[in-house]
Amino acid sequence: MAAYLLHLAILAGIYIILAVSLNLIIGYAGQVSLGHAAFYGIGAYASALAALHWHFPFPLAALGAMLVTGGCGLALGLPTLRLKEDYLAIVTLGFGVIVDLVFLNLEVTGGPDGLVGIPSPRLLGLSFRPQPLYLLLVILAVFLVLGFTYLLVRSYHGRALRAIRDHETTAQVMGINTPAYKIVIFSLAAALAGLAGSLYAHYITFINPESFGLHTSILILCMVVLGGMGSIIGSVLGAIALAVLPEMLRQFQAYQDLIYGALLVALLIWRPEGLLGRGKLSLKFLTRG
Amino acid sequence: MSLLAVNDLTKYFGGVKALEGVSFTVAAGDIVGLIGPNGAGKTTCFNVINGLLPPTAGQVRLAGEDLVGLPPYRRAALGLARTFQNIQLFGGMTVGENVLTGHHLREEVGTMAALLPLSRVRRAETQAKEQAKELLHLVGLGDKEDAPAEALAYGEQRRLEIARALAQEPRLLLMDEPAAGLNPRETEDLMALLGKLRDLGITLLVIEHDMTLIMGISHRVVVLDHGQVIAQGPPAEIRRDPRVIEAYLGREDDEEDGSGGGG
Repeated sequence: MAAYLLHLAILAGIYIILAVSLNLIIGYAGQVSLGHAAFYGIGAYASALAALHWHFPFPLAALGAMLVTGGCGLALGLPTLRLKEDYLAIVTLGFGVIVDLVFLNLEVTGGPDGLVGIPSPRLLGLSFRPQPLYLLLVILAVFLVLGFTYLLVRSYHGRALRAIRDHETTAQVMGINTPAYKIVIFSLAAALAGLAGSLYAHYITFINPESFGLHTSILILCMVVLGGMGSIIGSVLGAIALAVLPEMLRQFQAYQDLIYGALLVALLIWRPEGLLGRGKLSLKFLTRG
Repeated sequence: MSLLAVNDLTKYFGGVKALEGVSFTVAAGDIVGLIGPNGAGKTTCFNVINGLLPPTAGQVRLAGEDLVGLPPYRRAALGLARTFQNIQLFGGMTVGENVLTGHHLREEVGTMAALLPLSRVRRAETQAKEQAKELLHLVGLGDKEDAPAEALAYGEQRRLEIARALAQEPRLLLMDEPAAGLNPRETEDLMALLGKLRDLGITLLVIEHDMTLIMGISHRVVVLDHGQVIAQGPPAEIRRDPRVIEAYLGREDDEEDGSGGGG
């Protein structure tokens, strides 16, 4: 039972990084991205391959994964972020599907079987294979990500991003370089998703394309929407809730999707801004610094 | 030298000639009114100056620098600010944050340094907030700093847009119908505010339908009709100009066929 709780906690930590990073794109910059799991997957595969083929130590593999996913985010963002937001949604959706297919069909990614035997992190002779230690590692990563995100959104950059979300044209008229902001934040969020992927790969030690498909993108999106767009704490709570909720609903597994759907519909009717959406509890006490 | 020089500006939307050979200048420190009947091309002219629309032909220069081809944010960096006819505030922010957004170009802290918990970053932010508060006092919203921008009354929202634009410390402020939708008392307040801006040496180009307002504050007035400048000069001259009267009221002798504005 303890092992199971630790497992849930580790997954929740990884989800937190995913949700918070997606929230930067959706909740702060106001761009709709439906392919976040693709970056998560690219990070997982990149990190696993770096460790398996080149025997990169974990920190380097994780850093490499972030660089690769950040680069992918840049490559995808440069041509598409000039478009209006609904096009970005379609492009990222397509990107997610393509990346999934690539994982499934490339030899180097192991096709449908995926990659096995990904080494557990080892730092200073200490193996992080035991769950409690891995949880510490994840918690450290979560705190780094939260700290960075907090500093970002409360700086004038955060204000510029929210201006873009509220009124892109006007933001540009005010002197905000909107294309640069959108591209940088998209790429940054992709890099953070890559970090989550790396943490996942070296924890599970076995990855296949199934974990990084469209349903995962939707799951991450649900975490952001549930917690509230533009609220960091909201994303944390949303991620924890959607990591734990399926477990609590396990005995009703047949009805799981139904309950899920009903919860989301209820949320959208009564609290469309999410549990901690902007303007309510949200970040006020954070941004006042 | 003139601060803004618009030269032979032309904008076609397909076959519609929204602007045709529009030329005028705005001298530094002046308030210039841009008037004309509905559909004369006033807002289009702003959008082209501002960079929201590319011109079909012609030049726009700000303090000698060619603006055509630059994105709006680069033009803002050169000292151009604007308020909108249909108010465009950042609805998810407080009144104070809206003004701070206008301060974006004035941020002295570096891109990366801004992310660090440094005392100089905090100091810069406090300073920006104080400036924002001063601007809010200037436009009469001193006590509304923490209110959500969306919660303001209509006239207050107009004034907030002005404060936000002023936070850019622009060389030239384009105002698109600042008095639209205001009641007479609010219009009076606005006039007083524009007077204050003039005394501060801010150059204004103002589109307005309220003739008392525009004739009262402008040093010069430019009149557009059907995308062309039909007159420009001091308000006293413009008021008597037969072409202007005709553009607004129609010519007596073509009332019957109703086609209006021929020559």
